[in-house]
Amino acid sequence: MSPITDAERDLELTERMIAPDGVRIPNPQLDGYVRGIDFPTLRDLHRDMVVLRRIDAEGVALQRQGQLGLWAPCNGQEAAQIGTARALDPQDFVFPSYRETGLMYVRGAQPGDYVRMWRGEEGAAYDPAALRIAPLQIIIGAQTLHAVGYALGIRHEGADEVAVTYFGDGATSQGDVNEAMVFASSFRAPVVFVCQNNHWAISEPVGLQSPFPLAGRAPGFGIPSLRVDGNDVLACLAAMRWALEHARSGKGPAYLEAVTYRMGPHTTADDPKRYRDDAELEKWRRLDPIARLEAHLRAAGELPQDHLDAVQAQADETARDMRAACLGMVTRPALTVFDRVYAEPHSGLERERAEYAAYLSTFEEA
Amino acid sequence: MAQLTLGKALNAGLRQAMRDDDRVVLLGEDIGTLGGVFRITDGLLEEFGAQRVIDTPLAESGIIGTSVGLAFRGYRPVVEIQFDGFIYPAFDQIVSQVAKLHYRTQGSVKMPITIRVPWAGGIGAAEHHSESPEAYFVHTAGLRVVAVSDPQDAYRCLRQAIASDDPVLFFEPKRLYHHKGEVDLASPLADAPPLGLAKVVRRGADATVIAYGAMVRTALDAAEAAEDEGISLEVIDLRSLSPVDYETVNASVRRTGRVVVAHEASREAGVGAEIIAGITEFCFEYLESAPLRVTGHDIPYPPAKLEKFHLPDLDRILDAVDRVLDRPSSISGVKGAQL
Repeated sequence: MSPITDAERDLELTERMIAPDGVRIPNPQLDGYVRGIDFPTLRDLHRDMVVLRRIDAEGVALQRQGQLGLWAPCNGQEAAQIGTARALDPQDFVFPSYRETGLMYVRGAQPGDYVRMWRGEEGAAYDPAALRIAPLQIIIGAQTLHAVGYALGIRHEGADEVAVTYFGDGATSQGDVNEAMVFASSFRAPVVFVCQNNHWAISEPVGLQSPFPLAGRAPGFGIPSLRVDGNDVLACLAAMRWALEHARSGKGPAYLEAVTYRMGPHTTADDPKRYRDDAELEKWRRLDPIARLEAHLRAAGELPQDHLDAVQAQADETARDMRAACLGMVTRPALTVFDRVYAEPHSGLERERAEYAAYLSTFEEA
Repeated sequence: MAQLTLGKALNAGLRQAMRDDDRVVLLGEDIGTLGGVFRITDGLLEEFGAQRVIDTPLAESGIIGTSVGLAFRGYRPVVEIQFDGFIYPAFDQIVSQVAKLHYRTQGSVKMPITIRVPWAGGIGAAEHHSESPEAYFVHTAGLRVVAVSDPQDAYRCLRQAIASDDPVLFFEPKRLYHHKGEVDLASPLADAPPLGLAKVVRRGADATVIAYGAMVRTALDAAEAAEDEGISLEVIDLRSLSPVDYETVNASVRRTGRVVVAHEASREAGVGAEIIAGITEFCFEYLESAPLRVTGHDIPYPPAKLEKFHLPDLDRILDAVDRVLDRPSSISGVKGAQL
């Protein structure tokens, strides 16, 4: 894989199945992985992306209205998230970063799960065992090692499962991500690395993390990789199926770089206008993943209005449920801050809890 | 009963824990074929195989991070950090991941990881091989911190740490790896004092010396020397640094009224400061004099030829004992605490 010297060509050097204008392009490497994908299935993927974008917009709105402390938008990354997540088997276990809202949606998150952590009610947003997703990870890249450890357990047991980890382009500079690839490769762990290269790590462009395509690093660890158009949901699905099949068949880890773009801020706390120009944003707007699939379906006469209406209704209902769940949350009582610090009794913490309980009781008596 | 070195007792403890529970897996650098640089894992690869005794790549964060993933999967990883000073690259995984996941998930994810650390000085080692990082971990909620000082405790406490559903930082004084003692390998773990309790290792009436790890031996030597001068010292082996067993500590201080805390780690914001703050809070009216610390200096760990000037020794402990007893120190001439 040659270095990218021209940022304009960045997206051209990716595997693709549907062109930005919606035309299906043959891809000998990936076509075999989507033979069973018919138009109803493509419409399901379209629905997922539309609902996800609505969930994301609601998250931003709730933050702006003071209901959430923070939100990490994924607008623009719908294809990368939905395409890869729809390839997973139910038993696979995922270690995400904080931006994988689409993954949560695909795995059946409840309305409150999207906001519980960002609202500050709990450290983890959902029950990891129920969604088979580890808690959202804020420390950049730390979760990649957890996925490898989990995969060591899978390999130890000979189980038919794969561990998957998601991270961003910025995370590839972290020691943990590189250590994760060393461990995964050395132990042939059944793990799939999914790098969503959204081009910006807060204000730092991907070129600061690497002047080379990030997928080009994995082969240096002995890990096969694919660089896929992250705004092409079909290509993301196909590539993820390839990666999962590779890992599941005992060949060891696989690596995907989904080249996409974060249309909004890194989180609701930053202002992308300070670090990137409108022309770049406009270029990526023309590559919108939802518009691309719609163009493909429309050209084939497979985008009926009743589908669009139903999808919009589902998106609105999901956002409504999410808002209701958010506003309906009841903050736990004060003394629960001491709960579950330890699994077993800890005399120091118990003393501290008792002290605080005594202090609080002076207010109750007043 | 068997006469075992502390190192052999740890080896026996690991072996028994692995026989008791096949979810116990070991990870670390050189722990397999070599049996660890201190041979604590000697022979375990032969008995349990490479899937349970995992020689890892040389990456401390990687070792702890993969252990987190194994714990997610239901395993009970026991990690060897090769030397105390090598734990810092793993610091984030320990304090941000291992310590917090149980809390973040409201208890649905357990982190029963034991992190064994060959620890502290006195063996003339190279740079970064003799550090005392325990205070960092005591300061982190969600972790338990244990420091052993004799073979019997090493054998039992290691098994208790592995059996605990909480993560445990398990500090092993390198200086005592060859220290021998009686070990009861047969008695059930349930009969052992629970993890988290301190132990009075010598009874005395005039002052309490609180120590842990290799400093327990030094404190006992000091107590023996003090007896020649007619001073009766009580010595407490703290054993657990988080939580601290203040019941045992307070009971002693209330009888003696005078306290010296001794540890190898640097003084500022160290474990000794915490213990003395606790004692002051709980036992203020029983104190006859200001409690004193005898610690390593607030310096980077010095080169091997100079470490004897850094580490508390018998004389520095006795000097502090004189001062808490309001006797002019026979060494420094100082009486009581001085600013």
